[in-house]
Amino acid sequence: MRRQQTISKLLGLLIVGGGGLIMLLPFVWLISSSFKAANKIYVFPPQLIPDPFRWQNYVEVFTAVPVLTYTQNTLIVTVFATLGTVISSVVAGYAFARLRFKGRDTIFSLLLATLMLPYVVIMIPVYVMFSKVGWINTLYPLIIPNYFGDAFFIFLLRQFFRTIPMELEDAARIDGAGRPRVLFQIMAPLARPAIIVVTIQSILGEWNAFMQPLIFLTKRSMWTLALGLNSLQRFETGRDWTHYMMVLGVFMVIPVVIMYFLAQREFIQGIALSGMKA
Amino acid sequence: MTKLPFYKRLSFEETFWGWAFIIPAVLGLILFRFGPVLASLYFSFTKYDILSPPQWIGLTNYRGLVNDTYWLKSIQVTLNYTILFIPLSLIVAYIIGLLMSQELRGISLYRTMWYLPSLVPTVASAVVWRWALNPEFGPVNYPLRALGYDAPGWLTDPDWIIPSVVLIQLWGLGNAALIFLAAIKGVSPTYYEAAEVDGANAWVKFWWITLPMTSSVIFFQLIMTVIASFQVFGVAYILFSGQTTSDPAGPGNAALFYVLYTFRNAFGYFKNGYASAMAWAMFLVILLLTFILFRTQKRWVYYEVEGEE
Repeated sequence: MRRQQTISKLLGLLIVGGGGLIMLLPFVWLISSSFKAANKIYVFPPQLIPDPFRWQNYVEVFTAVPVLTYTQNTLIVTVFATLGTVISSVVAGYAFARLRFKGRDTIFSLLLATLMLPYVVIMIPVYVMFSKVGWINTLYPLIIPNYFGDAFFIFLLRQFFRTIPMELEDAARIDGAGRPRVLFQIMAPLARPAIIVVTIQSILGEWNAFMQPLIFLTKRSMWTLALGLNSLQRFETGRDWTHYMMVLGVFMVIPVVIMYFLAQREFIQGIALSGMKA
Repeated sequence: MTKLPFYKRLSFEETFWGWAFIIPAVLGLILFRFGPVLASLYFSFTKYDILSPPQWIGLTNYRGLVNDTYWLKSIQVTLNYTILFIPLSLIVAYIIGLLMSQELRGISLYRTMWYLPSLVPTVASAVVWRWALNPEFGPVNYPLRALGYDAPGWLTDPDWIIPSVVLIQLWGLGNAALIFLAAIKGVSPTYYEAAEVDGANAWVKFWWITLPMTSSVIFFQLIMTVIASFQVFGVAYILFSGQTTSDPAGPGNAALFYVLYTFRNAFGYFKNGYASAMAWAMFLVILLLTFILFRTQKRWVYYEVEGEE
């Protein structure tokens, strides 16, 4: 029995550890290539340590590509979309979890049903709608819909609110606190872990978004980082900017990695939360 | 109707605030979900280039689908991908989760190594993999050459394009692995203790305890993965869509994924009625598949009865 366990642990270490190292290799390639000269990336054998070591890629990229504009657009979308989705989802999640009113369960099931809805089904009418109000090539189509709650986040938050003991809320109610106060001063702070999880997931989603920006933003000055990188990588400039591509790739990955290390516990919690079923 | 005890009666105060709190979500549901769903159903029976109003043409779009060789191709591409990706990703992710669930030293490091790639934006991962899978220069070919094989044209040979996309997507399987890990860790140790008393070996414990006790999470992951596989877009668009929408999506249209073809019809060829019909056809298949999967669930998914609800 003991021996069997030791063997299986060794095997585990080998596969999980070895495989994990392999999973990291693309990061190493990305970072290493971002310091290479354009004509030193597609060579065999690949150089691990770039020669020449071009740290200036990171400076030049700013003049070659409107990185600042892309970053600014991406940040605006990420910040304001997340703000909207978190507030509207927290409020709705609380109502679905704690308040009893007619129609609540019907609406909640309708909301859950939309999780199965592929984006392509609604893409054209939504595009038409936003073009009617003149929002194509603005950031609004990527921001405004988030102020109307997100079905999955509402679901997660509702599950979490339901685990908070009723007594805490009742005590405040007896003291005469109204619903908004109960929600924002008592329940929301108690639901902090879930709110952080939702915030992280929203930031990730917005930062990585590709299809929706592609649909709504055709003007270069409105592009997000993802669109900018995409255009480089489809060689739309007609120049060999592979090294700048790699730099932009690093720009997109680094904030995500930093966020992971800052909030590792919440990430792991989020995974456990999102894995559970209704 | 029986009179409810006072604490169960609906109060005006709760109804008022309940609706006040969900009103944004309800509006969103109407404005950005059900409204557009109905609109696209209507568009699917019309000819619509957005500039001029939609013209009703009945079932023409749906009839056109069957004769559209590209449509059939896009189904074939998507199905090939799904059939390859779903079992591979679920099985590998489960095995990794299982191996991680042992008390390994340095587990948080491994968790991080497996999970990080799933956070990488599609565009960034496409950039890296385009290079890594280059038949001449890509490092993926190292082990192949060492074994005496020639590198295939990963991204240029029509037969290798789907496997390449699967490979790229598998890079992000850490998320599923950690979901499985959490589920496996959540199985109460008392079951294993009881089984050990009866002399069960590792395989028996896995087959009769771990697997059934995590089957609900496997089921959930299966459904989510099926739905996501049907909607692959980013990788295909970024790596294979070429400069214009008249270029084939990869050599021989080998990367013409269903959503990519729908997207081209809508925003490339301005055939929005046709694209809506395509989208609805897929939606119906997803609904049907989900329904069938839910029907089979009684046979293989185990839900613990006890719990708060």
